[in-house]
Amino acid sequence: MGLLCGALCGVIVTLVTVFILRIFVTLRHGSKHKPGKKGPVSVLVVAGSGGHTTEIIRLMGALSPFYKPRHYVLADTDKMSEEKIRAFEAEREKTCSASQFTLHRIPRSREVRQSWSSSVLTSLSALVSSIPLLFRLQPDVVLCNGPGTCVPLCAAGILLGVLGVKRVLIVFVESICRVETLSLSGKILYYFADYFFVQWVPLKDKYPKAIYLGRLV
Amino acid sequence: MKTVFVTVGTTSFDDLIVTVTSNECVKALIDRGYTDLVLQVGRGSVVPDPEICSGLTLQVFRFKDSISEDIRQADLIISHAGAGSCLEALGANKPLLVVVNDKLMDNHQLELAKQLQADSHLIYCTCSTLSQTLKDMDLSLLTTYTPGEPQNFAYFLDKAIGLV
Repeated sequence: MGLLCGALCGVIVTLVTVFILRIFVTLRHGSKHKPGKKGPVSVLVVAGSGGHTTEIIRLMGALSPFYKPRHYVLADTDKMSEEKIRAFEAEREKTCSASQFTLHRIPRSREVRQSWSSSVLTSLSALVSSIPLLFRLQPDVVLCNGPGTCVPLCAAGILLGVLGVKRVLIVFVESICRVETLSLSGKILYYFADYFFVQWVPLKDKYPKAIYLGRLV
Repeated sequence: MKTVFVTVGTTSFDDLIVTVTSNECVKALIDRGYTDLVLQVGRGSVVPDPEICSGLTLQVFRFKDSISEDIRQADLIISHAGAGSCLEALGANKPLLVVVNDKLMDNHQLELAKQLQADSHLIYCTCSTLSQTLKDMDLSLLTTYTPGEPQNFAYFLDKAIGLV
């Protein structure tokens, strides 16, 4: 009996260790991974509420038609972003080829002013929805700019890489609102993103791994 | 006709709506020659009656698909500190007065307002200092805002992921 427990513990410890090592290995090789070399690059775009969506649409507007298909993921309680995205894609269709985009909804990780403790539960619920979504879409890149919605989606993207299913590049562009301090999502994803952009000099000084190219939106 | 456009974006900011329609602020606006006040109240619970501001023609609405026309017609924009609202106003080269909502969690919006004021692109204040700011502000000191360059991001990313 004791032997069985011992063996089981050994297996669990080994699995956890392998999992953690896989996370390190996966995260370390982001810059070597170049999905663009094989052709079009599919993007999962995280749309947060209000200004987050405005900012991400400005970034998307600069990307070439080779970023397709584009999968937009919104929080289920976000009413305004869907219209903005549809308007953007309709406008784009006039100049580029037929729009290849999809829209998806997941439970919101955290409402504005929601307490931190209840946010953990709602974020877990968002994670549970994010994992099957990422497994289904398998994007080359996840692009986000800081709303709470992005953490579970990025976590699911990283999980795909850790499990050897697909290496998903995490591209995080901190919102232009953030001049001196990072958002909570930014503070978490700074250690996990493959490309982490900030838009003001004070943040570039505080976070050396961040990429600074001036104001982007 | 000189118009002031007040916007709270997708949020609710009852304090701003109440303060800007108070007698003090209305008087300050009239003294500066403004004749029309348009309020975009978003999700707020305060929806003023168009009759309450004597001396100013008041229009109130919650949301529109696009506020670019209201921005275009405004001579002054009073906005909450949300990035989307600020960038739209600055992009239209309109004088911008930002009112920071000090009831928000950690109030990160203040960072952007402070930086843009330091760069002379806007003036910021809070609800409690709004009427005084409306009396004292010198809009001629504001400088033109150059928009951000998302193409720098696109160029970087294209190279990084092997598209070019």
